[in-house]
Amino acid sequence: MLEVTNLDCVRGDRKLFSDINLSLKPGTILQVQGANGSGKTSLLRILCGLLAPARGEVRWQGANIRSLGEEYFTAVTYIGHRTAVKEELTCLENHRINNGLAGVELKKEEALETLGKMGLAGREHLPARLLSEGQRRRLALSRLLSSSTPLWILDEVLTSLDRAAVTLIMSVIEAHLKSGGMAVVATHQELNLAAGSFERLQLTS
Amino acid sequence: MLKMFRWIVRRDLTLAWRRRADVLSTLFFFVIVVSLFPLGIGPETQLLRSIAPGVVWVAALLASMLSLSRVFENDYHDGTLEQMLLTPQPLFLVVLGKVLAQWLVSEVPLAVIAPLLGVQFDLEPRTLWILFISLLLGTPVLSLIGSIGAALTLGLRGGGVLIAVLILPLYVPVLIFGAGAVDASITSGNIQANIYLLAAFFLLALVFSPWATSAALRISLE
Repeated sequence: MLEVTNLDCVRGDRKLFSDINLSLKPGTILQVQGANGSGKTSLLRILCGLLAPARGEVRWQGANIRSLGEEYFTAVTYIGHRTAVKEELTCLENHRINNGLAGVELKKEEALETLGKMGLAGREHLPARLLSEGQRRRLALSRLLSSSTPLWILDEVLTSLDRAAVTLIMSVIEAHLKSGGMAVVATHQELNLAAGSFERLQLTS
Repeated sequence: MLKMFRWIVRRDLTLAWRRRADVLSTLFFFVIVVSLFPLGIGPETQLLRSIAPGVVWVAALLASMLSLSRVFENDYHDGTLEQMLLTPQPLFLVVLGKVLAQWLVSEVPLAVIAPLLGVQFDLEPRTLWILFISLLLGTPVLSLIGSIGAALTLGLRGGGVLIAVLILPLYVPVLIFGAGAVDASITSGNIQANIYLLAAFFLLALVFSPWATSAALRISLE
């Protein structure tokens, strides 16, 4: 369970948001909404431990994530705006390395299979710089298919994806929620999920 | 844990191979800087022999400076560094892996080619050998210390100049004892003491710098 108490965030000399309280139970998805610059990305980065909050704390299974350190990272998958796709590497290499960094060792066949599911079949050996923006996103998101972490933190995942890819990602998230996972998603689009309980957080500046 | 380390090293070596031009430019920089001195000074063997250790070492310092500013830069811009900070393994392993790859790609070639360049300074075979050994032992210290500066200046404008100002003073001990070892072999002084001190610096840097670099990376990415 993820709990957030009295969270404040200050960037530079501007207060982005204050006093955010929420708790996320297994099987729940939280959609974070707000205008540009209202602090969606900052909130998500605080939740995954990349950014220290100005005040308040984030607790995972009752313990502050700051004191959990690497142990917390075994439970989290974060996909940010910046996709971590290396232009010089092929899709297959990118996929296997990104999984390797997250502690998931993928065999070549497994990696090819997930890439196929994400609609990147036939492009496995293409350098990532030749991919379109949407395909890069697909490549970055293919990590979700082999992820077994309970908490997913996804920042603007649906941008530049076509309708088929959005449906696919939604079904992956649904399956994740059904199996007791949690997700925090920042997006402007409507999330139409058939499974899991849905919560919404509106950030106002 | 070692698996992660292997992933990082292999990944960085593959990336370096795909961006060969970057690596080669550092090496050419080193070769050219060292070669300018004999050309400028002329055939005064005595003078050349006495300045050789300092010239080669200073050139190695500057060359490693060039490649160091790139260690974390690319990963920072495309978001890979964020993912590295979120790996379930200790961050110092990631840092060590990246530093090892940087050393193998950018610094080992310097040490290997240095004896060849030493010939221009009329150095004896034994001295060339010591030059090679001292560089092989000293350059990992440069990579390790330099990684701290690279992490601290991440994402700053004019980071390249700043990293030089931050790190070059810290390179001084390595320069003194590295060049000292080579100098000692020319004047038949005590080589051992210099080499041992370089080894001690290496161990010290190996223990402390990945830790400092990890902390600096976390600060830079906030």
